[in-house]
Amino acid sequence: MVKVLMTSVAAVALLIGQAQAQEKLKIGVVTTLSGPAAVLGQQLRNGLQLAIKNSDGKLGGREVQLIVEDDELKPDVAVSKAKALIDRDKVDFVVGPIFSNILVAIMKPVTDGGAILISPNAGTSNFAGKDCNANFFVTSYQNDQNHEVMGKYAQDAGMKKVFIMAPNYPAGKDSLAGFKRFFKGELADEVYVPLGQLDYSAELSKIAAASPDAVFVFLPGGMGVNFVKQFRQAGLADKVKFLSAFTVDESTLPAQKEAALGFFGGANWAPNLDNPQNKKFVADYEKEYNAVPATYAFQSYDAALLIDGALKATKGNTADKDALRAAMMKAPFTSLRGAFKFNTNHYPIQDFYQVKVAARADGKFQTEIDKKVFANYADPYAKDCPMK
Amino acid sequence: MSLSLLFVQTLNGLQFGVLLFLIAAGLTLVFGVMDFINLAHGVQYMLGAYLAVMFYALTGNFLVALVLALAAALVFGLLLEFVVFRHLYERDHLEQVIATFGIIMFLNQGVKVVWGAAPLSLPIPEMLSGTIVLMPGILYPVWRLVIIGSGLGVGLILYLLVTQTRVGMLVRAGATNARIVSALGVDIRRLFMIVFGFGTMLAAFAGVMIAPILSVEPGMGDGVLILAFVVIVIGGIGSMRGAFIAALLIGLVDTLGRSFAIDILRLVMPPSPARTVGPAIASMLIYVLMALVLYFRPAGLFPVRGR
Repeated sequence: MVKVLMTSVAAVALLIGQAQAQEKLKIGVVTTLSGPAAVLGQQLRNGLQLAIKNSDGKLGGREVQLIVEDDELKPDVAVSKAKALIDRDKVDFVVGPIFSNILVAIMKPVTDGGAILISPNAGTSNFAGKDCNANFFVTSYQNDQNHEVMGKYAQDAGMKKVFIMAPNYPAGKDSLAGFKRFFKGELADEVYVPLGQLDYSAELSKIAAASPDAVFVFLPGGMGVNFVKQFRQAGLADKVKFLSAFTVDESTLPAQKEAALGFFGGANWAPNLDNPQNKKFVADYEKEYNAVPATYAFQSYDAALLIDGALKATKGNTADKDALRAAMMKAPFTSLRGAFKFNTNHYPIQDFYQVKVAARADGKFQTEIDKKVFANYADPYAKDCPMK
Repeated sequence: MSLSLLFVQTLNGLQFGVLLFLIAAGLTLVFGVMDFINLAHGVQYMLGAYLAVMFYALTGNFLVALVLALAAALVFGLLLEFVVFRHLYERDHLEQVIATFGIIMFLNQGVKVVWGAAPLSLPIPEMLSGTIVLMPGILYPVWRLVIIGSGLGVGLILYLLVTQTRVGMLVRAGATNARIVSALGVDIRRLFMIVFGFGTMLAAFAGVMIAPILSVEPGMGDGVLILAFVVIVIGGIGSMRGAFIAALLIGLVDTLGRSFAIDILRLVMPPSPARTVGPAIASMLIYVLMALVLYFRPAGLFPVRGR
């Protein structure tokens, strides 16, 4: 009798043990899936799903349950959804968001709630500097850096006069400040347009009248689609070099097409970056989603690889946060961009490139690496971060 | 700030104004004649652009795509009228606003389901795609001139329709007092349907014409709708002439304001604050204009008599 009891206890214990081992790894995703910016949010989600699919639905040996939430590009909505991910779903990781204002909003609820937040795009200066957070990792860049790439390029290319333009909101001002940090020549004009402006006829006439060597613009999403088309239509493309950040990329090129050919951007990656893991990623992504991946997709793919690598190091254990953070800090994965490591503020140290829009043989368009502008570049805010 | 730049910016303002007129004309017709607030007018403009992109992909000919898009927009507009709007004419304005706002959300999501969230584009017809030298060193896209021309053409046609035809007479009468028109034995429902269909087509036409310049994306009609309401409030609700003048006025004030606000402010303040204040003032100008018009002429510049 005792023996029977013992065996059944052992059996039950075994069952429980198995249940624990097979408990799913819960990853929450906060991304923008409605409104005009939905294309970017979809790339983020797709990149993550592709990475999980490629490793047979598992990360770090554990079955993954992905819980995707749409932040609607509204900070208040994002906060309530992030809180639900923490309190209701008890997720171990949150991956997201696309936009910086959303990141600022969900930072506290997620990290205070005990989950680890991985941003595959937004990287604000405050979280890189004095407000840096042990439970926050960035697989993209610090926001200023892509703009700095273009400023450095314009300076190195010996451009004399540049016309710069961005939307009239904090990220727009940061963008032009980032450009000016490295460009020391004359500014033909510095123009701030209302966020969401669609017709640039007045600004284009100004550019034509100023006849600068180049324009530098930060016009994300639909704004960039419109500006690029109108810039080409106004006959400026042959006379004025087009430098940009987040204005010509794989999320906007399907609409810009030939109009963007030969235009420049600053980025930490491009689909044609030559390494085997990236080639496989781009081919897989195109097969799965019938679209060329943009940086958003690759950065969230890397976020999944980061989780995978760290969990392999901790043998699937997410309870010991110190061990988990230490494992993540080592960046134990092969990034699609090649060389990658984390700085003390958990932002990447990586290379940046000037990329150029090119037409592919299959009729699609993509950005291609033109020139390396920064090597192993770290953001300037890390020195203000108290983490060591 | 040179004279040639001023000239080009005036042309830009004119083009913007003409586009606003195309949208506001339909809105003021529907609002004026039917006393119906149609917030969904903006999505009809968006739909025109999407339909043109679709038909262009099928036929490869801009003109054919334009005609098919207008026809399809008309059919869809009448369908909406039949299914939804018809039941709202007798309701009060708040219910109309809520119902048509619902249609905005429905259609903005709808185009995303059908055509995807990514912005689409419509190429300019080959022969109209170049630039033209207006003055030495000043290029101007031919297509923007085409928009100005077609907008002025539509304005002329509307003027003739409203002043010279029987339907136009009924429209004017309906704008003044729809009940009396109905009491005189005119089938007001049919008149409403004609007016509504025509307004829908005008909005779709604006959408098709602007599609080669702007990206075609969900929600593209929302911002334009607000400006169209500003136009009809300034022009006088129900007045076609008012919509025309007000649209050009808004186009010019907005474009010239955006172009020269900073330069003008630099005359009276240092460059750095001028750069900050300029864009803020420029984006307020049209609303300041609206406030001034409403203060001095509460019924708009060209009020329809009898309202």
